[in-house]
Amino acid sequence: MRFLRLNKILFLVSVIYFIQLTYTYAAIEISVTEGNIKPLPIAIPAVFDKEMQDKDLGLNISKVIASDLAGSGLFYPINPKAFLEEIASIDKRPDFNSWRVINSESLLTAELFYEGNERFRIEYRLWDVVAEKALVEEALFTSRNKWRNVAHVIADSIYTRLTGEKGYFDTQIAFIAESGEKTNRIKRLAIMDQDGHNPRLLTTGNDLVLTPRFSPSSEDLVYLSYRNGQPQVYIYNLESKQTYVVGSFPGMTFAPRFSPDGKKIIMSLQEGVGSNIYEMDLSDFEKRRLTSTSDINTAPSYSPDSKKIVFESDKSGSQQLYVMDSDGRNVKRISFGKGSYSTPVWSPRGDYIAFTKISKGRFMIGVMFEDGSGERIITDGYHNEGPTWAPNGRVLMFFRESPGENGGAMIYSVDVTGYNEKLIETPGFASDPSWSALLN
Amino acid sequence: MLYKKALNLSVTLFLIFVLAGCASRQKIESVLFGGGNSDTEDIISNAIPGSSQDFTTNVGDRVFFATNATSLDDDAKSILERQASWLELYPDISILVEGHADERGTREYNLALSAKRAEVAKSYLESLGVTSDRVESISYGKERPVAACSSEACWSQNRRAVSVVSSD
Repeated sequence: MRFLRLNKILFLVSVIYFIQLTYTYAAIEISVTEGNIKPLPIAIPAVFDKEMQDKDLGLNISKVIASDLAGSGLFYPINPKAFLEEIASIDKRPDFNSWRVINSESLLTAELFYEGNERFRIEYRLWDVVAEKALVEEALFTSRNKWRNVAHVIADSIYTRLTGEKGYFDTQIAFIAESGEKTNRIKRLAIMDQDGHNPRLLTTGNDLVLTPRFSPSSEDLVYLSYRNGQPQVYIYNLESKQTYVVGSFPGMTFAPRFSPDGKKIIMSLQEGVGSNIYEMDLSDFEKRRLTSTSDINTAPSYSPDSKKIVFESDKSGSQQLYVMDSDGRNVKRISFGKGSYSTPVWSPRGDYIAFTKISKGRFMIGVMFEDGSGERIITDGYHNEGPTWAPNGRVLMFFRESPGENGGAMIYSVDVTGYNEKLIETPGFASDPSWSALLN
Repeated sequence: MLYKKALNLSVTLFLIFVLAGCASRQKIESVLFGGGNSDTEDIISNAIPGSSQDFTTNVGDRVFFATNATSLDDDAKSILERQASWLELYPDISILVEGHADERGTREYNLALSAKRAEVAKSYLESLGVTSDRVESISYGKERPVAACSSEACWSQNRRAVSVVSSD
């Protein structure tokens, strides 16, 4: 706790965002690298809908956009009750003064047009209210049942324009949906939107399943299943709903992840008392052993350039993090703090490695650089485990388990700064989150 | 009620008759008693030699481990020695050793840790003369605790390797 607070103080940097005005150039900018304390005020009126074929569509889209942006912790959507101007056409220039007086610094105007076959078009503009300038002008087409996705895409474009970072709203989370008694949990493969909406179960619960991870294309999940008795690594295709086992191995295979190009799986194979890391080529099922010790070597994760692999090993006596070249050479221990370290995951940006740290009976989520420097604890408690990165490398999800007979796991998201921790609401207990890439 | 009791009695007598005269009785017993439904509990309270209940009650089906440890202490060794002797008596029986971990570890590590526990128990049984074709192992990590509380009283019960009797 003290450590966490110290970090917060260290990251309370005074420059949060600034507005620069010139004749030719105007920029509202938000820094996502620092722990922001003042979010950017933005006005998001209901999407104008002249025909009103679907009465709530325009309002619902604007609500999802506002919820995404507010959820990032970087934006403050102004209460629509305060609005003085009604946006009644995308083509009418807003009365900027009426947005400035309610302290808005940016404004989204949008209009939707119904097309045939249950489709619609949405045109939108993001305005810099101070500079009176359009920052983004776009049009999107989609089917009506994908209105949430379109809202996430718009929120991503606003986020990207105002922070300079890629967004992460139009993404999904694969996870394990849990039900039943703690001593006999039913676990199912499941998927949901990043904001917890549209949860869907993918398996029946007859077989114990664990640790789903998205492929880079977000079309497949690699996961662990007990469907044939011995726990083995399988791939599930989200489109065809087909499952197949990854290679034929004599013992347990576990802790799988895709390579950044999606062509390989890296995972552990149990060999006697030890577990070693193998890479398997999905085109020819050729396998290559990367570690060969009688220790527990597991939880491998590639760097985004595929040149290195971070993993955990207990070869020193307790679980610690190691980085090696992707051919298994040059193994270097990188974690040296008090306690044990596990479940390392390389950020898609390549800057940080996130991990679970266990110290003095507490389970924390933290990040460090690949040389082990810059360790920072992001959340600390009874049991936090299994971080996964948003595709922009700025936000993490993990699961937090509450103790006791009726305890269970829930998924949380948190900024890499340690700010803005949020529960992702799921229908029941949920664990082992894996964040997809951007979908559109 | 009376009719049911009489039926139970006759089933019991029938079973005793069949089992006493049966050449490969282990198979029949595991078929008859494997389900463990409550109607048969009276019958098996005096566990029939060679049954999984006999193994669990009179031999001891599980050994326990310290936190993050996979070594066998003296208690664990003596239980595995009794398991090996029992398996010698019933050469048709094979076992599956399930490795388990408590909830105080990360998922992947616990899978590997409990695989190692099962493997250590299996190796010890093999060193005592149980042939490797009669012992298999499986890892459950922290997924199947027997005790659900979140304190050492439960965690110590969950760090275990359990030998499960099967008849093929």
